[in-house]
Amino acid sequence: MSESSMLEKFEDKIKREVKIEPREWMPDAYRKTLVRQISQHAHSEIVGMLPEANWITRAPSMRRKVALLAKVQDEAGHGLYLYSAAETLGTSRKEMVDDLLSGKAKYSSIFNYPTITWADIGAIGWLVDGAAIMNQVPLCRTSYGPYARAMVRICKEESFHQRQGYEIMLTLAQGSEEQKAMAQDALDRWWWPSLMMFGPSDKDSKHSAQSMAWKIKRKSNDELRQNFVDATVPQARLIGLTIPDPDLKWNEERGSYDFGEIDWEEFWNVVKGNGPCNKQRLDARNKAHEEGRWVREAALAFAEKQAKRKSEKEQVA
Amino acid sequence: MRAYTSYEPLTEYVLRCADNTLVLGHRISEWCGHGPILEQDIALTNMALDLLGQSRMYLKYAAELLGHEETEDSVAFLRDAMQFRNSLLVEQPNGDFAHTIVRSLIFDSFHYFFSEQLIRSKDQQLADIAAKSLKEITYHRKFSSEWSIRLGDGTEESNRRMQTAIDDLWRYKGELLTPDEIDNEMKEKGIGVDLNLIAPSVDNYLSQVLSRANLQLPQDEFMQKGGKQGLHSEHLGYILAELQFMQRAYPGLNW
Repeated sequence: MSESSMLEKFEDKIKREVKIEPREWMPDAYRKTLVRQISQHAHSEIVGMLPEANWITRAPSMRRKVALLAKVQDEAGHGLYLYSAAETLGTSRKEMVDDLLSGKAKYSSIFNYPTITWADIGAIGWLVDGAAIMNQVPLCRTSYGPYARAMVRICKEESFHQRQGYEIMLTLAQGSEEQKAMAQDALDRWWWPSLMMFGPSDKDSKHSAQSMAWKIKRKSNDELRQNFVDATVPQARLIGLTIPDPDLKWNEERGSYDFGEIDWEEFWNVVKGNGPCNKQRLDARNKAHEEGRWVREAALAFAEKQAKRKSEKEQVA
Repeated sequence: MRAYTSYEPLTEYVLRCADNTLVLGHRISEWCGHGPILEQDIALTNMALDLLGQSRMYLKYAAELLGHEETEDSVAFLRDAMQFRNSLLVEQPNGDFAHTIVRSLIFDSFHYFFSEQLIRSKDQQLADIAAKSLKEITYHRKFSSEWSIRLGDGTEESNRRMQTAIDDLWRYKGELLTPDEIDNEMKEKGIGVDLNLIAPSVDNYLSQVLSRANLQLPQDEFMQKGGKQGLHSEHLGYILAELQFMQRAYPGLNW
């Protein structure tokens, strides 16, 4: 089949909402876009473990400790099946991890902000996982089959995390003055970075149009950001916390909230590596990788020895 | 050797179980996000979760025995080092992955035979907790044994690191298997485990694993002790500084 007829067949599938599967023909640029997006997503899960793991040993109660540990473990699991989904496109996990460690590959900038108090764990669950869900629910219908299926599973767990985070915030907001202040402070620090999670404004987003056409992406950045604001503002109000945006107001005509301008300079600075924790996060990943090298080498050597022993045994028999 | 707080013998006994699992669960949870391989990061976190889950059952029972208004959280977060009853082994730092694996191998070997016996306790709550935990403990022992063999029989470097870890940690094994007055009293009442009975099984199991892993049993027989009576190493204070930070900084609040 000629390339143009394969392309026609591919585009027809996209049009008819038939999922693209690993062994089928796809344009190189489609494959490349998916590898970039899925691996970035996987890296975000892995790097995202760090700010939350920062509070495991200090969680304020046994119940919270166990819930947080389970949550961070879920993120590791998400990373694992996203790497697997990306591998179906012909890029190895090793290549992807190497790109993360060298700083070549990106991950969600939100994880370059520090978790300073316990309330940050609540804010991450509520806002960061909340924003992630907004992004990810449409991805359950993304055109590439393995990615869509991974997202179905991930979304279920993320929505559980989101409720858990909100419940932490609710408990703090109903608590002592110190706890209320802690919750408000966390909202103040995490609100804007959470809005930035949806990426640049549609007019400045370089990959968006093509991704929408391929149905990899199903909703635009600005549309998702607006959905998030509309969903989250009433939740903040319900527990008596104030969104740190003086321009925030209900727009009757649009049936949506108007909100203030995002500090895009901060956004691009963090993307470029100048966020408060970019260096620390990459250093932590590199340290774990370096210190784990001998373990991986030993596991490989042992597996080879075992295989050799097995084949020698079979030869004797 | 005396601790500055003494509890009723049964409470002492329950606290030993609660604190062994709490402190080891805490240590292993320090790995979360920093493991050598993503799959092993998940497995370690699983074990930390299991141990903390087991600890919560023991902590709740200890709180019930202590009475007043004690809860699992007040027992975990408001006692000082001398009131902790975990063995010295579990508070040792993670070190490299070899130290973490060897620490778990020694503890899991003990914990498996201990819990297998504890299921027969005349104390129904202890018997129930042990029964609920045994499947997890069996998996933990399998994990630490398999990794001991893999690393012991892997590369020259991994074998050397494992041998160092065994030489460093072996001295904390004795305490787990040597009965003191509390152990004897609990055993006589049919509540506690006969440590003299399980010691040969534990030692036998450990020497089998080490032999398959091409690792040597340490020649030095001297064993450190004190943890289960409340006399700890310097490490425990730092564990508590983290573990208890929130409850100490903001007393009496709901989280």
